[in-house]
Amino acid sequence: MNRPSLWEALRGVVRRDLLLAMRRRSDVVMSVFFLVIVASLFPLGVGPEPAVLRTIGAGVLWVAALLACLLSLGRVFTADYLDGVLEQMVLIAQPLPVLVVGKVFAHWIVSGLPVVLLSPLLGLQFGLDGEALGVLVLSLLLGTPTLSMIGAIGAALVLGVRGSGLLVALLVLPLYVPVLIFGAGAVTSSMAGIGGEANLSLLGACLVLSLFFSPWATAAALRIALE
Amino acid sequence: MLQTVALSCLRGDRRLFSDLNITVQPGTLLAVVGENGSGKTSLLRMLTSLLSPEEGAILWQGQDIREQREQYCAQLTYIGHLNGIKDDLTAMENLSLSASLVGDHCDGPAAHAALEAVGLRRQAHQLPTKVLSQGQKRRVALARLWLSARTLWLLDEPFTSLDTAATGLVTEQLHAHLKRGGIAVVVTHQEVGLPSGLVQRLRMNG
Repeated sequence: MNRPSLWEALRGVVRRDLLLAMRRRSDVVMSVFFLVIVASLFPLGVGPEPAVLRTIGAGVLWVAALLACLLSLGRVFTADYLDGVLEQMVLIAQPLPVLVVGKVFAHWIVSGLPVVLLSPLLGLQFGLDGEALGVLVLSLLLGTPTLSMIGAIGAALVLGVRGSGLLVALLVLPLYVPVLIFGAGAVTSSMAGIGGEANLSLLGACLVLSLFFSPWATAAALRIALE
Repeated sequence: MLQTVALSCLRGDRRLFSDLNITVQPGTLLAVVGENGSGKTSLLRMLTSLLSPEEGAILWQGQDIREQREQYCAQLTYIGHLNGIKDDLTAMENLSLSASLVGDHCDGPAAHAALEAVGLRRQAHQLPTKVLSQGQKRRVALARLWLSARTLWLLDEPFTSLDTAATGLVTEQLHAHLKRGGIAVVVTHQEVGLPSGLVQRLRMNG
């Protein structure tokens, strides 16, 4: 019997998606540019008042990160669904939820990690100080994988539906609210001097919960989409 | 042995087929023929476990496939009417990734050999598949058959957009598979050029 080990299958899924992302770098670059532009528009619109910028900085950066993540959700499953790779993936003799984790992980590396790495630079535009920048990076590091995990459910649910881009936003954005509140809250509370630990722990809890539940829900949605 | 018991399929509110009983013995090819829209592809997708039957069951070695999904998947190779290959990857990458993902043994020489066996010349191996023709893409997808040592092959219109030479190569490979005691279910509009003793025909009427 030919059966890949779980590790082999997982590694294969991640490898293929990363290889594809390398071939289509423009997709990755575009969502990073989107983030940079959105985050730079706010100081231009609100005006250069340092106090105002410091107050809104965390929230703006988090919303921008969230929108960048939302924009890239269409890439997680749609292409695979259209060219038949998804049905081959479902037929791999390993639990589908585990393979889904592989896909979401690859998606996060490509669209979430650049956001995390870029955030200190963007934070400087808003006059965030060193400690706040550290908390911002940490909160995004915990928060963006959660966004990808939750987003994968939405992306799988809207497969094959017309106008899916808008629909996925409507489905997923309400679910992003807690992550946004805790993420931006971590930065603002650390700036207020009460420390961001509580919010960061809550973000961690969100990540663990989404890691546990989202793969099952996504796998179920994928099976329905392929019927 | 692959068996269906009182299988029926409902798509939307249309009943495509009902009470379908077939048994395919090892070493036999089941050719599913019939008009467009008569449920051939639905039947094949049911056999892959992608689509669940409305009523009835599919038995593999006497056991319902829903109860042994992973073991069953480990024994089947399915090539649907979508090729399941990525346009941005080369033929080699596509083949070795898709084979290693499902757990078929595939190193560089094996992949080259499979692509050559399906009639794809060496120059085409390192090209991104988006520059290949429709028939060449189909060949890349079908090259998996040369790497698959699995018992059950489920093929949806394997000969579409293939030229005569490639059709012959695939038919030969099917023949070799049947001689090894394999089972194949092929949805097709063409006659499969195999000895009639090996082929069992199922005509679907919409």
